[in-house]
Amino acid sequence: MTHSLLSLNEKDRSKMPLEYSTEEGDLRIVGFWIFLAAELVLFGTLFGTYLVLQSHTAGGPTAKDLFEIGPVMAETIVLLVSSFTCGLSTIELRRHNKKGLIGWLIVTILLGLVFVGLEVNEFYTYAVHEGAPLSRSAFLSGFFVLLGTHGCHVSLGIVWIIGILLQLARRGITPVTARKAFMVGLYWHFLDVVWIFIFTAVYLTGLVI
Amino acid sequence: MNENQNQVTKQTHAAFPWKQVIGLFMSLALTFFALWIAVGLSLPVPVTITIIVGLAIVQAFIQLFMFMHVTEGTEPVHQLIGILFGIYVAFVVVAGTLWILAYAL
Amino acid sequence: MIESIKSFMGWFFVTGDPMIYGADASIALVSIGIVAVLTYFKKWKWLWDEWLTSVDHKKIGIMYILAALLMLFRGGIDALMMRAQLTLPNMHFLDAEHYNQVFTTHGTIMIIFVAMPFIFGLMNIAVPLQIGARDVAYPFLNALSFWLFFMGAMLFNLSFVIGGSPDAGWSSYAPYAGAEMNPGVGQNYYLLGVQISGIGSLATGINFLVTILKMRAPGMTLFKMPMFTWSILITSVIVVFAFPAFTVALALMTIDRLFGAHFFTIAAGGSPMLWANLFWFWGHPEVYIVLLPVFGIFSEVIATFAHKTLFGYAVMVWSMVAISLLSFITWLHHFFTMGNTAPVNAFFSISTMLIAIPTGVKIFNWLFTLNKGRIQFTTPMLWALAFIPNFTIGGVTGVMLAMAPADYQYHNSYFLVAHFHSTLIAGTVFGIFCGLHYWWPKMFGYMLDETKGKWSFWIFMISFNICFMPMYFLGLMGMTRRMYTYPAGLGWTPINVVMTIGAVGMGVGFALIAYNIVWSAIHGNKDKTGDPWGGRTLEWATASPAAEYNFAHIPEVSTRDAFAAMKEDKGVFTTKTAKPYEPIHMPNNTGIPVIMATFMFIAGFGCVFEWYWMAVPGLIGIVICMIARSFVYDDHHYISVNEIKRTEAGTGRLS
Repeated sequence: MTHSLLSLNEKDRSKMPLEYSTEEGDLRIVGFWIFLAAELVLFGTLFGTYLVLQSHTAGGPTAKDLFEIGPVMAETIVLLVSSFTCGLSTIELRRHNKKGLIGWLIVTILLGLVFVGLEVNEFYTYAVHEGAPLSRSAFLSGFFVLLGTHGCHVSLGIVWIIGILLQLARRGITPVTARKAFMVGLYWHFLDVVWIFIFTAVYLTGLVI
Repeated sequence: MNENQNQVTKQTHAAFPWKQVIGLFMSLALTFFALWIAVGLSLPVPVTITIIVGLAIVQAFIQLFMFMHVTEGTEPVHQLIGILFGIYVAFVVVAGTLWILAYAL
Repeated sequence: MIESIKSFMGWFFVTGDPMIYGADASIALVSIGIVAVLTYFKKWKWLWDEWLTSVDHKKIGIMYILAALLMLFRGGIDALMMRAQLTLPNMHFLDAEHYNQVFTTHGTIMIIFVAMPFIFGLMNIAVPLQIGARDVAYPFLNALSFWLFFMGAMLFNLSFVIGGSPDAGWSSYAPYAGAEMNPGVGQNYYLLGVQISGIGSLATGINFLVTILKMRAPGMTLFKMPMFTWSILITSVIVVFAFPAFTVALALMTIDRLFGAHFFTIAAGGSPMLWANLFWFWGHPEVYIVLLPVFGIFSEVIATFAHKTLFGYAVMVWSMVAISLLSFITWLHHFFTMGNTAPVNAFFSISTMLIAIPTGVKIFNWLFTLNKGRIQFTTPMLWALAFIPNFTIGGVTGVMLAMAPADYQYHNSYFLVAHFHSTLIAGTVFGIFCGLHYWWPKMFGYMLDETKGKWSFWIFMISFNICFMPMYFLGLMGMTRRMYTYPAGLGWTPINVVMTIGAVGMGVGFALIAYNIVWSAIHGNKDKTGDPWGGRTLEWATASPAAEYNFAHIPEVSTRDAFAAMKEDKGVFTTKTAKPYEPIHMPNNTGIPVIMATFMFIAGFGCVFEWYWMAVPGLIGIVICMIARSFVYDDHHYISVNEIKRTEAGTGRLS
């Protein structure tokens, strides 16, 4: 980092994939990484809160009473596969294959919709059938808000991908649309990372303790 | 970190996406392994939790390096330091909160 | 029907106190006045085109500072009301409830709506110029950050006249701030107002982090950056990683209050201490967010007016890096007295004492910079010099408070209050006044009057000591914070009288600064050179105020104190200006940030009153704005060579 940074960027950029090819694209991707790093702390705070409150069931249902591994594994597998298809969309992006990119992004949002549907169903089951809504106990407050925040992120990601699909369809793969498609990919993988920790710290831990 | 030097602007040949496929299978394998540890075995609780958290961290790194291209970009050191700082603060907030609130539980 | 409207109005508007009615009337009059003036002079279009839709970092900086000065006025009035109430025992100027509201709004406004936006304003003005950039990394996001702060501040201040103010202190401890013990809308205003401006702060952090990392002039490596820029880089890191925790904490309490969750309640397994934990996990780094930038300002000002390069540059940088890491592991010291185990208390005592070391190192750096310097006592320099001893007192008492057993004695007494005012006034407030005087010519093209500036400095600084030095002893004598009155005969009265005199003096000092601003706007000396102080860094290499594009040619940097070096080496400086101009690529103005922040305000206000018919459309409006922005592709324009020539000739910079 001792040499002139701007000229380094220019030189490197011509060799870089399309999304890095403009200074603007480069800036936004770095900024998005920093945003994701901030999101780590946001989810970290929610995890800390949940873990502290996990045992505070106030006589209501516990994690063991509520959680069923079947639906949870279904959610996990759907999200893992969607992360994979999203990764394939980035590969198609690098090949400048518009059809492939759009196709894999559509598969990704379909899987995302399945995930959100499963999660909504899980929430509905707990809150209505099991008599365990958010206001029942501190444990459930922590559970619903941690998972709800993740679910909202996924839903927002779906809306975001739809917006990018429209722009891709209209404009094709340009430095700007390439950057957007790449960034939404980062976002999607990141949500998968968060889910891995939800799976571990909420569900598996809940079944063990 | 030298990965970006091999990148070409456009990858024309339709190479099989090995990296992604391996990443997917490793994720699935680690997930089921963690499930087996937690549900299939009856190890002591602290041991189980240590192992499954360890597996989750491995899986997170798979996503980060195999899917997210964290080492890519004009100056990947920026996002690497950013993510590391994020991991540091996230660790501090989780561990610190548990440690401090253990007293008030 | 009429009865129900009447009872709604009585609940909706704050009633029953003549001071509130006075405030209502003055707010209404000022609003009507502003609208009338804008309409009469046909300035609406100018306001919209030049300011509300601007993405120029210099204009955004000015708007930040203007808003922060207004908020400083309001927070200062709150302070004077508290001092008036406490001057003598058994006073009834304010009742207990009103007093609680006043200290809550004073604290929240001073930290969230004065210290941070003032610093954001100064960094908006100075950082892109110091690194030789034409704008920040994300100009749109920068404007959005400002408008989110502004709307958050307006929402918070609305509580004064509509619905009632929060009264749980700026730290809003649970369970008192929860719905059960604190019904009504006051606390919701706190949660939503601070949340909205906090989102803006997070965005600013990311923006400046990337700006500084990626947009420096050629040749300016990290270790050739001006110290203020370094301080903003580190501050941005802390903002980026501390604010998400606060966002979560505020959201959780909002969910508690609005949707009946049990995060911080006593019932159903909630943990009130968890609030304190999360609040201070943000709250302690926040201290450094408002201190590191002023350390940067003092470094610039001391080097400039000692006419020396900064002593121990690398040490200064590494000490800030150390602070950024340590600031995240000291937070428990704010609630030692809630009780904890010995290892926890020991860890946080030690980490707190550790963080004093890099801070102390910096004090020595400034002293050695002054050593054998040719010191010029300008107004900014006076603020910087006064900072060193006054702030050190705050730092030393902080180390006293860091010792957990001793903290049980000091905590929540006026000793604590005096400590954090010593750091936040002698640090942050002196720093922002210092920066305000220093960069004022760069913002507006004229100087603030030096004589009036020096008077305001001496009055403010002496009054500060009259107010806060006795406060330490008052704390040791047993007076606790947040008590709204006290009986006679405890020996506290004389000290309280002296403190009120000091507080009034600080008010006079601030009024003099405000007068100086108005006076200098009319009579102030023009800054035609762009370098009125003999500055050492690049912001002084361009005109005052800088053109829209900042630099006609991006400067090339080969050393620290780049502009000082350019001035010594005349040849380098002139050959550069002889190069031909090229068209400059700049972002377009846009109305989306202010509109989006307005939707945020509407959604926030709806949530405050739990009026979801209002909150939901507000949220939908926000999403629509985001989508609309995503579909804007034509967001840049070029400034032609002819226009650059005209502008440069206008400032006498075209040879």
